[in-house]
Amino acid sequence: MNIVVAIKHIPSIADDLPVKGNNVDFDSVDFVLNEFDEQSIEQAVLVKEAVGGTVTVVGVDMIGELDGVLHLALAKGADKAVKITGDDPAADSHQQAKWLAEAIKGMSADMVFAGVQASNDLDGQIGPMIAAHLDMPYIGGVSSVEVAGDSATVNKEFAGGVGAKYSVSLPMVVGVQASTKPPRYAPVSKVRQVAQTATIEKVAPSGDAGSGLTFKKMAPPVVTGHAEMIEGSSKDVAKKIVELLKSKGLA
Amino acid sequence: MAGPIKAKFVEKEHAVVDGVDISGHWNRMFEQRVITEYTPELIEKIADLPNAESFANCYQCAKCVSVCPVDIVGNYGPRKLYRYAQTGMDLTEAPELWLCTTCKNCLRVCPKEVDMIKIMPAAREEAILQGKFVPAELQQAFENTAKSGNPLGQPQRKRDAWIKDAGVEIPIIKDLARPVDVLWYVGSYPSYHPRGIDAASAAARIFSALGIDFAILGKEEKDDADSQRLAGEKGLFEMMAESNIATFNNYEWKEMVVTGPHELNAFKNVYPKYGFDRPVIHYTTFLARHLDQLKELLKHEVNVKVTYHDPCYLGRHNGEYEAPRKLLEAIPGVELVEMQRNRENGYCCGGGGGGMWMDSFTAKHTTMRLSEKRAMEAASTGADVLAVACPFEVSRFADAVKSTGNEHVDVLDILELLDKSMRGE
Repeated sequence: MNIVVAIKHIPSIADDLPVKGNNVDFDSVDFVLNEFDEQSIEQAVLVKEAVGGTVTVVGVDMIGELDGVLHLALAKGADKAVKITGDDPAADSHQQAKWLAEAIKGMSADMVFAGVQASNDLDGQIGPMIAAHLDMPYIGGVSSVEVAGDSATVNKEFAGGVGAKYSVSLPMVVGVQASTKPPRYAPVSKVRQVAQTATIEKVAPSGDAGSGLTFKKMAPPVVTGHAEMIEGSSKDVAKKIVELLKSKGLA
Repeated sequence: MAGPIKAKFVEKEHAVVDGVDISGHWNRMFEQRVITEYTPELIEKIADLPNAESFANCYQCAKCVSVCPVDIVGNYGPRKLYRYAQTGMDLTEAPELWLCTTCKNCLRVCPKEVDMIKIMPAAREEAILQGKFVPAELQQAFENTAKSGNPLGQPQRKRDAWIKDAGVEIPIIKDLARPVDVLWYVGSYPSYHPRGIDAASAAARIFSALGIDFAILGKEEKDDADSQRLAGEKGLFEMMAESNIATFNNYEWKEMVVTGPHELNAFKNVYPKYGFDRPVIHYTTFLARHLDQLKELLKHEVNVKVTYHDPCYLGRHNGEYEAPRKLLEAIPGVELVEMQRNRENGYCCGGGGGGMWMDSFTAKHTTMRLSEKRAMEAASTGADVLAVACPFEVSRFADAVKSTGNEHVDVLDILELLDKSMRGE
């Protein structure tokens, strides 16, 4: 089983997002691995552990700091790491999907995993577009994958707590929402050991694509209202809440 | 391995030994229990790990169990771990692996020097390296420390954001560009946690009023990672230690003062093994040294009954019991009362050894949180204030007084009490 995991390095939202011009100020923000990609790496390693094979992790190096993420993926059980030297922190999901698809093309993948979406654009397009470029079927919103021979059983989640079980034939692209088990922990000693010994294959970006969208303006949300903090003892606070509800005709 | 062979019993309706009738219920045992039915394999598995050798020393006297804070709220204790291993429990796969807070009370009383402070980190490291179960919350704290430099997962560049509201100028050593007397290592919780920031701000005001020539590392400061080490992530600890030592050695300072006992333990007792050997003291020791000068600043009465919780890593691990008490007694109006378990036998808040990041996991294996047990002990003294000297404790006890119905007990760092007396607020 030859599994490829396409990952995305995205600006961290642990802090307020700094804005410069009409985009994120990429120089003053940390980049992190998309959290859904953590799930998809885990799912790929679980499949490999179950049926054998290799896991190749591939991502676009947006700011020259992807190595750390790739080392982590290798420490968690991936076998190969590839970085596409994009060096364009503003590359959108259409462009990244094209670069990823071109890099994956020669890998004769049985399965391609991608996080179902990423918190920077939330458009969920990486997986479907890779599938389109590679002419492979796509299934997204997946929460478990079991492979048997050249087919797989996947659970897909729908809105409202509805789930469905699909039997799919390979090769195909899977958009992972959650792995069967929570992502494993990679001890730092292992990550550091990997960092010293691993080789990361570099691939030049190939192919142009864009969403056709241009940023006109980016700004932090405007604060329009304030929460009123009611102070005092719990009895006083409760009394004030009741008064407030009454005054608004709600009680 | 087949299950252990049950010890044979001898059943006699009527038994007389040396003229004494010892007849009893059928399960009364008249023969010695055969203990050769147990294999030492799982004990050796632990004792073979580097630093965990003393696990094999246990001779089951159980002195440790009576002082183990986890046993008081559950069923645990070093002796029991040995016994469980003897009867088939692999510690690296058992929930018991994560319950020890490394409080050191067992080692204090152990006649065989079975050192859980070394055994537990070694066994946990083995579990982590072998990809065994690691509580999810702990895993998150590890990942946060590796990614953000602090277990809370807060951004590194916000580490000194708190200083603007402290009310006094807090110099950053990099900007100061000159040697200082005191490098104050603030710590992760005092830098980010709202209640920790209260204590840090109080410390800044006290240092400033005392005229101490101090500076902090600001955005260059990172977590000491000692609790992560005790929780089994030695690789992470070493990475953080290397980075911190390089930062510390970039600057000229005479003495380092730390807000937290865990940092004290890290920098004083563990970092020397990694090449860092400079003077480090806890703020209570430091301020007690300035007591005469400090007393002149403590102008306002703080009329409260205070009980003091000895942090394990300040007391048992580093032998400082008196400085915190001297500081509290120096505050006009304060009446200091002791809890039954104090000083060398002080109870543990549950935050050490990674316990800080395993609360929900630990709660599933104990009858109540250690912090809740301690909050109840504090309340039973009739104290108005539970005073602490460790940044882990304020948030732990603030939650615990609420969950045990003791909201009337205020949880305050000694720094906050000193600051109250200094400023009259």
